[in-house]
Amino acid sequence: MATAKPRVKVPKSASAGEVITIKTLISHNMESGQRKDKEGNVIPRNIINKFECFFNGTPVFSCDIDPAISANPYFEFTAKVMEAGTFRFVWTGDDGKVYDTEKKIALD
Amino acid sequence: MKLTRRQALSFSTGAIAFTLAGMRIGPALANAEDTSAAVQAFSGGAEPQSGMMTLKAPEIAENGNTVPVSVSVESPMTADDYVESVAIYAEGNPNPEVVVFNFTPMSGEASATTRMRLAKTQNVVAVAKTSTGKVYIDKREVKVTIGGCGG
Amino acid sequence: MNLIRKSMVVGGVIGLSLTMGLAAQADPDEDQLIIDGQEIVTEVTAAPDSPFETLYSGWRYRSDETQSLQADDFENPAFGAVDQAIEQFEVVEGAAGKSCASCHEGGAEEFAGLRAKLPRWNAEIGKPETLEHIINECRTERMQAEPWKWEAKAMLGMTALIGLQSRGMPVDVQTDGEMTPWFQKGKDLYYTRVGQLDMSCSNCHEDNSGNMIRADHLSQGQINGFPVYRLKWNGLGSIHRRFKGCMDNIRAKPYKRGSDEFVALELYVASRGQGLSVETPAVRN
Repeated sequence: MATAKPRVKVPKSASAGEVITIKTLISHNMESGQRKDKEGNVIPRNIINKFECFFNGTPVFSCDIDPAISANPYFEFTAKVMEAGTFRFVWTGDDGKVYDTEKKIALD
Repeated sequence: MKLTRRQALSFSTGAIAFTLAGMRIGPALANAEDTSAAVQAFSGGAEPQSGMMTLKAPEIAENGNTVPVSVSVESPMTADDYVESVAIYAEGNPNPEVVVFNFTPMSGEASATTRMRLAKTQNVVAVAKTSTGKVYIDKREVKVTIGGCGG
Repeated sequence: MNLIRKSMVVGGVIGLSLTMGLAAQADPDEDQLIIDGQEIVTEVTAAPDSPFETLYSGWRYRSDETQSLQADDFENPAFGAVDQAIEQFEVVEGAAGKSCASCHEGGAEEFAGLRAKLPRWNAEIGKPETLEHIINECRTERMQAEPWKWEAKAMLGMTALIGLQSRGMPVDVQTDGEMTPWFQKGKDLYYTRVGQLDMSCSNCHEDNSGNMIRADHLSQGQINGFPVYRLKWNGLGSIHRRFKGCMDNIRAKPYKRGSDEFVALELYVASRGQGLSVETPAVRN
């Protein structure tokens, strides 16, 4: 099966104390557990249920996700940047799969 | 079984609304009572205030599968006083829970955007909880339209 | 009011025409589509033989929320599939031990301009070919790999990636010469009423484009943005899937994806959008 594909947009640099906008999207069909297949069997729920963003290891933002979030979940949020460092993004699926990616940011 | 026109209408629109959101089966939809119970549980019973939080969603959604929704709370976002979390509920979905955003002082602002599924025209409710024990609420109706000839 | 509700229940031809008749005219909006600083032409003066005075992209008929999803490649949910196709381009498959990149060393960028000209004439087989045909010909002939199914995720991603290389270029399909009989066949299909609802493509997309069909705003049925990410589909879909959906809606027996009928129809419908920018991968409701 094709793996979920994370995409993240973070500015390359920011000034100290600046609040930046981060956009994230992961390709995932977010099977809600509410649908049936052609034979009438319930298609088991399989969603991304957790998204987390860390900066240099410290939590910045996270989401607890229910099946009412659309396929290919999109999250946009902000972060206050005080120093240069690395953002880490982690998505966790019902099936136990974990997807992660990182983005560096420099100080102006 | 003989259907009245009114019954036939409600059956068919119901079925279409489900199909729209990719939710063809499921128990009875959530309702306002389920949602207020969920809000109570989230807020710990504190009386929610309005005015400090803005919930943004389209008045009319072209498709219930992907409805943009944003929340933004006025807060200093300091270590002493920040918005801990914002929960979004949809009163007319199979389950009212949509998402909980968890913020930290490092978030800088208490604002976030996502895209949600709505099974039909309904109220969307957002509830915010601050580190100082305040609870804010905002509510908005989103009309979910039914496409052309079911296409 | 009673009349409208009744027509929704009936849902047949009479109901449909009543709803259309009662609906207020709602023209395409005036918004401009600019992606990454590039202007996408969503409105162009039609050729003299067109049934329209002005051609409009389907983007112009959508709500602000749906429009904005296409105006930013990051927010456009189709780009996950495009990213996957960029990786797929390098994957070696088949008995010949080749990937797409083995022959196309310049990457997908080599295909700039291709999407705007499709379907195009293929002299070897003596038929027009679509992007799906071209990709599968490469897979079976050069890579000696299995062809992809028309609506497979890999195929949709690859047609999106290759189509994207032509984004912003004007649709310019050949309709004369060897294409003439195919163009004529496509035109005949476009205007032929079929199905239990006894409707043709033109009933909605020509006679009633701009009107509301229930809560949906009927466009001119342009295909310059395909494969499109449709909110209803939760993903990308091909031109022929859209054709099939329309035929299902009017209770007709749809042709098969990749069939001569759908290729002819694709050619004719593409020609009705000559001059509009390629928008692949577009976002629609």
